[in-house]
Amino acid sequence: MISVDFSQWLDLPQKGRVIGLNSFDGIHIFQYGDWYINATIFNSWLVMLLITLIAWLTTRKLSTAKHVSKWQTALEALVLWLQRESNETSGSRTNQYLGMAMGLFCFILVCNLLTFIPWFRPPTASLSTTMALAAVVFLAIPYFAVKNAGIKGYLRKFIEPVPLMLPMNIFSEFFSVFAMGLRLFGNMLSGVMFASILSAFVPFIAPLTMQTLGLLTGSIQAYIFALLAVVYSSSVKEEVVPEIITT
Amino acid sequence: MDSYAIIGAVSVLGACICMGIGSIGSALGEGQAAAAALQAMAQQPDEANRIRSTMFVTLAMLETTALYAMLIAFLTLYANPFWNYAISQ
Repeated sequence: MISVDFSQWLDLPQKGRVIGLNSFDGIHIFQYGDWYINATIFNSWLVMLLITLIAWLTTRKLSTAKHVSKWQTALEALVLWLQRESNETSGSRTNQYLGMAMGLFCFILVCNLLTFIPWFRPPTASLSTTMALAAVVFLAIPYFAVKNAGIKGYLRKFIEPVPLMLPMNIFSEFFSVFAMGLRLFGNMLSGVMFASILSAFVPFIAPLTMQTLGLLTGSIQAYIFALLAVVYSSSVKEEVVPEIITT
Repeated sequence: MDSYAIIGAVSVLGACICMGIGSIGSALGEGQAAAAALQAMAQQPDEANRIRSTMFVTLAMLETTALYAMLIAFLTLYANPFWNYAISQ
């Protein structure tokens, strides 16, 4: 028997509500026996649905006429900007990092910007979401390294200055990605928690200012996450890459 | 004084000290970075946009150390393993 409970989906400020590290994962929306879908997963589904819907509606009627729709112009500007950034950062002229950077950037940006809807819990304020995103980057690093420099080139990175540094290199491989997840989580959690603590004292105007600041922090964090993913993925320089120059 | 009181008091004190000391270095570093970026923007107004975006990225990365302190403070306050152990006894 599936039980559905949307009563706690809104993050309403309540008296005596427990705000803690894992309080966002503790709200079960759908429950079937021992299996449940919590609010974090449900909200990230909503975000994915929103992104897919916007992308589908925009690319349905692409045109190269003189007057294009506003949505197409906006998305083209976004893609061109991120293409330039990722190509400049990675130093590669193929667009191989654009897909990963675009996916991470869009998902995190929409998650973080949706905090301006009152009492929406951003999925990025949960450690499970950010660690899943970091795991994507962790898998992308060997993928791009092996693709660009071969297995030998990838393994050579670990003994790069001297072979004595092997344990340190392995450790930093894990920790740099771990720190990315923690950084995103800490930034979003501090915004959410500060807003909810403030709304317990001053419910009306004061949380608004902090949430406005949170929009700036959220978009910068999305940019940083995508950019750092590109930096780590392109840490092993390619030797020979077929050059497909697109602008 | 039983173990509850000691663990609770030390946790709150530890969280406050952790947050206070941990944010000093990050604040000083961010101030220096912002000052250098402002100086560079005043000298080269043409490059202001590039400098500003780089400054935001740098500031967000410098914030990380303070955020680690905040995470540890939250851990000691909300997910303290010693407190949970003392409760289960």
